[in-house]
Order: sequence, then structure tokens, then C-alpha cells
Amino acid sequence: MTRLGRRAVLAGLAAAALPRPALPRPALAQGARGRVVVVGGGFGGATAARVLHRAGLAVTLVEPAETYWACPFSNEVIAGLRPMSAQAFGYDALRASGVTLARTSAEAIDGAARRVRLADGTALDYDRLILSPGIALRFDALPGYDAAAAEVMPHAWKAGAQTELLARQLAALPEGGTVVLSVPGNPYRCPPGPYERASLIAHYLKTRKPRAKLIVLDAKDTFSKQKLFQQAWAALYPGILDYVPLAAGGQVTSVDATAMTVATDFETYKADLACIIPPQRAAPIASAAGVADRSGWCPIDPVTFESRLVPGIHVVGDAAIAGAMPKSAFAANAQGKVCAEAVIDLLAGRAPEAPKLINTCYSLVAPGYGISVAGVYHPANGVLADVEGAGGTSPVDAPETVRRQEAVYAEDWYRTITAAVFG
Amino acid sequence: MRASLLLVLLATTPAAASPPGASSCSGCHGAPGGAVPSLAGHSADDIAASLAAFRSGARPATVMNRIAKGFSDDESQAIAAWIAGGGQ
Ligand SMILES: Cc1cc2nc3c(=O)[nH]c(=O)nc-3n(C[C@H](O)[C@H](O)[C@H](O)COP(=O)(O)OP(=O)(O)OC[C@H]3O[C@@H](n4cnc5c(N)ncnc54)[C@H](O)[C@@H]3O)c2cc1C
Repeated sequence: MTRLGRRAVLAGLAAAALPRPALPRPALAQGARGRVVVVGGGFGGATAARVLHRAGLAVTLVEPAETYWACPFSNEVIAGLRPMSAQAFGYDALRASGVTLARTSAEAIDGAARRVRLADGTALDYDRLILSPGIALRFDALPGYDAAAAEVMPHAWKAGAQTELLARQLAALPEGGTVVLSVPGNPYRCPPGPYERASLIAHYLKTRKPRAKLIVLDAKDTFSKQKLFQQAWAALYPGILDYVPLAAGGQVTSVDATAMTVATDFETYKADLACIIPPQRAAPIASAAGVADRSGWCPIDPVTFESRLVPGIHVVGDAAIAGAMPKSAFAANAQGKVCAEAVIDLLAGRAPEAPKLINTCYSLVAPGYGISVAGVYHPANGVLADVEGAGGTSPVDAPETVRRQEAVYAEDWYRTITAAVFG
Repeated sequence: MRASLLLVLLATTPAAASPPGASSCSGCHGAPGGAVPSLAGHSADDIAASLAAFRSGARPATVMNRIAKGFSDDESQAIAAWIAGGGQ
């Protein structure tokens, strides 16, 4: 019997002999061999905690926030198309399902002692730790852009107060005003996100402030779903959205939040509203744990997501260097599941099999106009690589019905994934 | 012999690992009633046939033909069996 055949039979047997809800709590769940701590209750961490708990393992999820503000669709909030309340999720359902929550943050991780020190003064011992802490905005990378400047020139790249600030600023934009949007070089959270934001801000200007302009300053020349975005911009937002790539001098080199100026090597732009998406790195706990390398991100094994730097710590989601996989909520969720299964295997003394993972990211370029990029990934040469021949973007020549359908699927994806993670 | 070994394995390990790719599906396919079809209640044969049709292009789609191309026939069948068995 082939490996795959055996797996299929295994799945069939599991279905026939042991229907899921009736699965007995396995012996492995008790005892020191099965303690798992998950740090970060976002798309990656909450997912992993759920899978581990469902499998009967003792798992503690460490997350300080009581409300999780989701980034996907937050660009719609900024453009006044959606209430902020549609982005809020809590941990009650996760708690009710039996996952232990530590409502505090992880302050330090001792990888040798396998112990996490928490901000509330307690500590947790683990056999395996999964880290999904998301990103930190780098306030040391762009001259003039620090935490104080972000209160004037929002990044809105972590959803919450920043999202609402940018939405308020856009609503208050003077007639004929200028919006400047600065986009960083790779890698950063949500590769198509800045261009979706540009599109929806342009939509807002077109419908509400027709004499206003949006200048997009980009630190690179190519980007995700580029043809589709640029086709839509030419059709929908001519004279409103001005895109300046790196080659045309688009790289922002400094900002001045007092003067409200954004500078490149070639020009200084005066803005009525400036949204600055700065360079990023893995959240601080990653470097505190020693799992971030000099790039600021975390190298991992593509089969188990175990850190290349500290054994026993696995990293998923935006913080990880996941090769060809983008930093998306879809990817964090897919990685959370694969990593949790690998941890289960490792705790049971089995070698995890090479996984495959999928990503699908939708962007809205206008209400009712959706585009997508999809990919399938597998470990190859030590990294997560694209499966050749799979994936790609929506067709450039697709009819309007397909664009409308993809906008509907985008909304449905959000409903499904947030229900799966937080519901 | 092999079957009883598998049953022992199933009884002593936390969960059957999902076949490659399978756990990603629930990112989009959830409970019935949404725009994206739910996979609940579909037979393994149904799901495998759909994946094959997406892969060949016989069945038109927005993203599923791009995704199905990332899986062989064997992989698709393993995914289909797992989902039909209640995997998520
Ligand atoms: C504008 C925008 C639009 C986007 N749109 C999409 C989209 O359409 N589709 C898509 O797939 N993705 C989208 N994304 C990307 C998506 O939001 C991220 O990829 C995703 O949130 C990553 O999940 P994560 O688990 O890695 O991190 P997060 O979701 O950021 O979760 C990290 C969690 O860890 C917690 N944490 C951090 N440090 C600690 C600590 N020391 N101790 C305890 N807890 C800690 C944080 O409080 C947080 O809750 C978008 C992003 C943006 C900014």
C-alpha cells in the first residue's frame, strides 16, 4: 500500500470507527509530554490552540487583549464602507470550548529551560511552544516616523485605534486635499493590502471628495496582483490615483509629521493626510525568545514550523519566514493547523509528513469588484516553495460577473475564517 | 494485521494527521449557507470528482482551478476521504 493510500484508509477508518465527537481523550493529553503553550491569539495562534485542544492536548493560549481587531476588511472601514464593529472578535467561544487562556503577554522565553515568563509574574513550562505574535512596526527605519508621528500620520497596519484614526482623517479631508500613502519594500504584512487601501481610498475620494487626489509612493516596482490593480485604477480612478513606483522616485526617505510632508530623494510632498506603512519585523517577543534572525523575522523548518534557531519553539503567521507564502490571515490559519498537527506528531514521537498549504487572498478595488491571488506551497530545498503549475491571480480579462463574484467570495471568506478561528 | 496496527495507533495518538493540503480547505469552506459551498455532507467520491474537474478545467471556477492544480490525483483523493470523514 502506498503512503497516500494508507493515509486515505486511515482517514476512512477514523471516519468509520471513531466519529470525531466520540474520540476518547487520549492518554497522551495528560502528563509532562504534552504541555503546549501558544503565544498570540490572532489568526495563527488561536487556530493552533484550537487544533491542539481538539486533539486532547493540554494547551494554554497567551494573549493580553480581550478584543481582537481583525485587519482583513479594515481597509473598507477606512473608506467608510463598513463599521469598525465588524472587525471585533473575542475569546469567549475559545474559552468555552475548553482552551485555557492566560490573559497577559509573554515577556520572555527561555528556550533551554522550556519556560515562558508572563507579564503577570507567573511562568508556564512547555514541551513545545507555538509563537504567532504577528508584527512590530519599525519606528527606527524611516527618519521622522516614530510612535508619536504615527498618531499624526497613521499606519493603520495593526487594526484598532489606528484604523479608526485613519478613517476619521479621511472623512475630515478638505475638498481638493491631497492624500499621500507610503508603501514599504518587501517583506511586510499583507502584500496586496496597501494597494487595496489605495483603491478604496480612491473610491472614497471619487464618490465623496471628487477634487481630492491620492499619491501612492512605493519603495518597489512590482507588487501582488499588480496587473489587476493597475487595470482597475486606469478604469476607475484616472486623475485621482497617482502611482509612483521606486523607479520613478517613489521610495519615501523621511517624513515630517509637524510640517505634514513626505520626502523622497527627488521630491517633498505636502499632504493633508498621510498614511505611512513603515517597514516591519516580527513582534518583540520573537527576538526576546531568540527566534528572530538579523532580518527581524523568524527562520523555520518548512515541515514543522520549528524555529531554525531555538529547538522546541515553533513560529507561524506573519512573524515566520515562510518562503513563498505571503504574510496573510489565510496563511497564518493554514500554518496554525499544519504546525499544530506537527507538534502533535512530535509529542507522540512520530516524524511529521511533509505538508502542503494553500493561500487565497482577496482584495477589493471597489465595492463589488474583487480580485484574488491563490497559491499552493510545499517544502522544497528547506523552504516553503510554490507548487509549480498551481496558483496565480484572477484573469486580467475576466468579465464583470467574475469580479462581482470574487467580491462576494471575499466577504464569505472573512465570515468563514473568523468563525473558524474565533467562533 | 496492518488494520489492527492502525487502530492501535488511532487509539493512542491524539489525532490522525490530515493528508497534505487538507487542513487548508476550511479557510474558505465552512458551514452551509454561505456563498462558498460547504463541503459538509459530500461524499469522498463527490469531492474527488470535483477536484479532478477543477484541475482539468472541465468545471469552471474562480480560485478552485488554480488551487486544484497543486494536487495530484492521489493527493486529491486523500483530501476528499479526510473531509468526507469529518476532518476540518
Ligand atoms: C489592512 C490589512 C488588510 C489585510 N487583509 C487581509 C486579507 O484580506 N486576507 C488575509 O488573509 N490577510 C489580510 N491581512 C493580513 C493579516 O491581518 C495578517 O497576516 C494576520 O493577522 C497574521 O496573523 P498572525 O497570527 O501572524 O498575527 P496577528 O493576527 O497580528 O496576531 C498576533 C497576536 O499576538 C498577540 N501578541 C503579540 N505579542 C504577544 C506577546 N508577547 N504575548 C502574548 N501575545 C502577544 C497580539 O496581541 C495579537 O493578538 C491584512 C492586513 C492588513 C494590515
